[in-house]
Amino acid sequence: MPDTPAIELVRLTKCFDSVTACDCIDLDVRRGEILALLGENGSGKTTLTNMLSGIYQPDSGRILLDGKPVSIRSPRDAIRLGIGMIHQHFKLVEVLTARENILLGQSGLVSMKPEDAVRAFQISVDLDKKIYDMSVSEKQAVEILKVLCRGADKLILDEPTAVLTPQEIQALFDTLRQMRREGKAIIIITHKLEEVMEVSDRVTVLRKGVNVGTVNTSETNRFSLTERMVGKQIDLDVKRETLPPGQTLLKVQGLSAHDESGRALIEDINFDLKAGEILGVAGVAGSGQKALCETITGLEKPTSGKVFMQGRQISGLSPREIIRAGVSMAFIPEDRLGMGLVGGMDIPDNLLLKTYRDQKGFFLSRKQARAEAEGMVRRLRIVTPGIHAKIRKLSGGNVQKVLLGREINLNPKVLITAYPVRGLDIGASMTIYDMLNEQKRNGVGILFVGEDLDVLLGLCDRILVLCAGRVSAIVESQFATKALLGMKMTGLTTDKEDDYA
Amino acid sequence: MNGFLDQLSAFLYAAILASVPLLYGTLGEILTQKAGNINLGVEGMMYLGAIAGFLAGFHTDSLTLTLLSGMLAGALGAAVYALLTVTLKANQNVTGLTLTIFGTGIANFLGEQAKLGAPVGTVFMSARLKALLSPLQLGALSELPFIGRLLFNHSVLTYLAILLGILMSLYLNRSRLGLNLRAVGENPAAADAMGVRVNLYKYAHILAGGALSGLGGVYISMVTALGNWQPNIISGQGWIAIALVIFASWKPLRAITGSLVFGALSVLRLYVPREVVDIPPALFSMLPFVVTCLVLVITSIRMKKENQQPASCGVNYFREER
Amino acid sequence: MPKGWALPHIVQRGEVKPALIWAYRALAVAFALAMGGVFLAFLGYSPFNVYGTMLRGALGSAGMQKETLKLTIPLALTALGVLLAFKMRFWNIGAEGQIAAGAIAASYFAYFQSHLPSGLLLSLMAVSGFVAGGLWGLVPAWFKTRFGTNETLFTLMLNYIIFHFITYLREGPWRDPGGGFAATPRFPKQARLPELPFPFVGNLHIGWIVVLVMVIGIFIYLRYTKQGYEITVVGENERTARYAGMPVKRVILRTMFLSAGICGLAGMLQVAGPDRQLTDAVAGGRGFTAVSVVWLARLSPAGVLAVSFLFAALQKGCSMMQTEYRIPASMSDILQGIILFCVLGAEFFLQYRVMFRKKVAA
Repeated sequence: MPDTPAIELVRLTKCFDSVTACDCIDLDVRRGEILALLGENGSGKTTLTNMLSGIYQPDSGRILLDGKPVSIRSPRDAIRLGIGMIHQHFKLVEVLTARENILLGQSGLVSMKPEDAVRAFQISVDLDKKIYDMSVSEKQAVEILKVLCRGADKLILDEPTAVLTPQEIQALFDTLRQMRREGKAIIIITHKLEEVMEVSDRVTVLRKGVNVGTVNTSETNRFSLTERMVGKQIDLDVKRETLPPGQTLLKVQGLSAHDESGRALIEDINFDLKAGEILGVAGVAGSGQKALCETITGLEKPTSGKVFMQGRQISGLSPREIIRAGVSMAFIPEDRLGMGLVGGMDIPDNLLLKTYRDQKGFFLSRKQARAEAEGMVRRLRIVTPGIHAKIRKLSGGNVQKVLLGREINLNPKVLITAYPVRGLDIGASMTIYDMLNEQKRNGVGILFVGEDLDVLLGLCDRILVLCAGRVSAIVESQFATKALLGMKMTGLTTDKEDDYA
Repeated sequence: MNGFLDQLSAFLYAAILASVPLLYGTLGEILTQKAGNINLGVEGMMYLGAIAGFLAGFHTDSLTLTLLSGMLAGALGAAVYALLTVTLKANQNVTGLTLTIFGTGIANFLGEQAKLGAPVGTVFMSARLKALLSPLQLGALSELPFIGRLLFNHSVLTYLAILLGILMSLYLNRSRLGLNLRAVGENPAAADAMGVRVNLYKYAHILAGGALSGLGGVYISMVTALGNWQPNIISGQGWIAIALVIFASWKPLRAITGSLVFGALSVLRLYVPREVVDIPPALFSMLPFVVTCLVLVITSIRMKKENQQPASCGVNYFREER
Repeated sequence: MPKGWALPHIVQRGEVKPALIWAYRALAVAFALAMGGVFLAFLGYSPFNVYGTMLRGALGSAGMQKETLKLTIPLALTALGVLLAFKMRFWNIGAEGQIAAGAIAASYFAYFQSHLPSGLLLSLMAVSGFVAGGLWGLVPAWFKTRFGTNETLFTLMLNYIIFHFITYLREGPWRDPGGGFAATPRFPKQARLPELPFPFVGNLHIGWIVVLVMVIGIFIYLRYTKQGYEITVVGENERTARYAGMPVKRVILRTMFLSAGICGLAGMLQVAGPDRQLTDAVAGGRGFTAVSVVWLARLSPAGVLAVSFLFAALQKGCSMMQTEYRIPASMSDILQGIILFCVLGAEFFLQYRVMFRKKVAA
């Protein structure tokens, strides 16, 4: 029955407390097709697919597989029904090998031996290697093998390209096309428009928990999709303002750092950061971005090399002294609250984190912090029940506004910001970019660590590319392309290299 | 020379005797922690097993029932812990500590009641039962010089403990269920995504762990104390067992050697003559605990990933966590 | 076809009103006491009579109330010390040992410096008790900051070490030559705590003032000082604390020193007040009970005072129960356990809600 969709969702709804994550969603996926599920963060994509994979239970609605209604109460049911989900955050047991991770679970559910799957689908991975020794793309390969060995014919991939280099992304797309040829139904969740256009057959757009329409990929374009995603026409390009070069603020010389076991995190980093410029830092996840930020701000000790701030050496000083020298950092980690904010405290207490030491005496006064909090909420339009609400109750965008706002309040001369728009929708992202551009106009030097190459090319004046802990290139944005950045991120050389210096 | 060998053999024998309850408790807690839960209630579960075994022995005079009730009592205590931490997601540390307080209380309560209720001079453990639990006579093997007395002269519970240790090691490392269990303890989300019934594994292994601790308690009340119930009969061995779990890096085979070491330390003072080393007995009693502290420090310095505590220990698993 | 209702599944709750929280917990405690009553009935006693006796034993007369207060004081003080460490997510379950350490130090002065005037002697005992307890708590804290050593087990082991040390002292160097079996001598008069009248009850050793001062002091310390702020942040998120430039190692060491020191002070109060002698029972399990108290009080200093009083009343009531009905005093541990289990279980309903899926349309 070629017309019966492989997967059909009918009025599927899921609420968390007072938030409706998925609102009466209808969806269908056919055999032998790749459907892109497009939407901003918070649009309900992951919640929807978690219901297909048995992790969440729908509050109402129906799921039909090959025309038959099913009840998916647990991941076990999903596996039995042939659904294989490759999560954005890998679900692998670090201390086990790849083979052990693949064979985990009930033996009756495994229909193919790992070795056979490796051969059949041409996925190269060392089955006896421990997961903690593997690279990100190797881990993803193990995740894919896990579902294939269980005979999954309906695959769901959640943001699979977030951690891959452009070359690895192409390899993944080839694999997906092979699966499509074999008649599998594939859903790929993404928020990257270029990928949607490149690999999908149809696109379903979600916006704030609602399905706002499904189109054939061949009949649409990036702008139309964006319009559906956000509901209005948006200028996709971030504005880059060119300012005359200022004095050198930050000078990094030969900076290297190792972890406890002696592995090099960053090696021989050299660059300058001038006033009134935004220097982007690009690189595959785990190329040393975190180590770079932490050594400059004094959270980790470098093994060699020096950092100078306006001529004065700051490497070796304590984090507090470096903050006092004018270097400030806003780092948004994966879980957003991990570094820089305390979820269980309210806004004023979080603002105090950087300034409490400057208060004289034994006692703590919250008066000024309270005033600052109220000012910030007004200025940055932060949505919160009040300044005394615990931060973990705020939504992602507002949390990031508080974090960046706090750093800016300290009037730093150098601002290091890492993944400031992680997980934010376009509107909130634009606010952040405006905040950064305003600082740039005030003569602040900004180090911007990001994952979206389009944003980096649009916002930053220059881009530093990290590859395996080393600087593989520093380029002017106006002369760079995504392909070039991609190649530098993996350490490949181009024959046109000199043109991009 | 013969005198020295005799002393040595007596010392080693006593060490083995002392190690058995520790081994039971340690094996039980290893199972629990491999499933991702820390149960600080080992002392309490040992108490529950001890009193249940004691009362069963007194009222039924049956070895089977004695052992079974000890295991059941331990498992029941563990069941309360499991219900609270696995299903109701309560704090594991506080729940475990409460189980210890509760188990100790129940045991001392029932023990005192039993002693008060019985006429003076009541023998609580029959000679027949004592004989069943006393060292087995293995014919020619037991007659062997030195090793005969040392290795082939033990109660059935001793051999059972060692056998369980070996079986547990095979279970964890060579079986599919053991693999699934290790996944549950390290990354329950990963195990869940593969269709492993996380809660079922946790319940099963927490209860099994409780049963083993209960069995250790039975050993203490019926073999070590020979049916002579005292208040505070467990006196900290449950806590030592928890420390031993770390000493053994969560490996059952190492637990066997570890419990022997600790057993040896706890009886050392009785076998070192005053002329050789004149240390007051109280300080000798400190030794096992001092060594545990040293081991705690040393294992925290060396950090091989496979020898660490299962990563999800102490954190309750909730599938729909936001 | 899916049949009827789907499995009930649990969902996380949002914020819960404080009034509801206390209502649930009160319900849990009531349920626990009911279960205790059933246990008593099963043993052949009338729960009402027994509970009535317990209440009389705890609060029946000024004399009874004084005894209950005497039990509250060391428990509350120990719990306040434990609270400081817990606020920082440092699981100090070595309070037993820290009490003992303080008691030993105080006893040294009582036995060997008794020629000093009483005021000076008592002050020295208090200070040395605090410092000794603090140092005993500093050991696991240091190893935790340096090597990440598990503090739960380390503090626990130190309990046993120091109790055997007390045994060593009373069997050896500090043995009372006059006594029959191995025990330390009684404290001389100068080393005994003076008394101060407590409203309605009469003379009570000055420990009660210490506790009140400590409750207020810790409340102010945690909420209104920089050090208290640091404790909260380090407890919530150590990485963020470091990122904010806090000297995390120093905060951990300092807080543990204070936490253990307060427990050491409780030890001094115990030997110089009710006990007047150094014994093995100086802590009497209070170090562990304190953990339950702090948890039940949700880490609030005033709450600690209230819960300590309740537990003390429970204990005193149970000892009265033993006198009148010959029910073993370990009943107090049993009741304590049941109450805690019930409250632990009730917490679930405050954090999660059970949801049933609507019937699926055909």
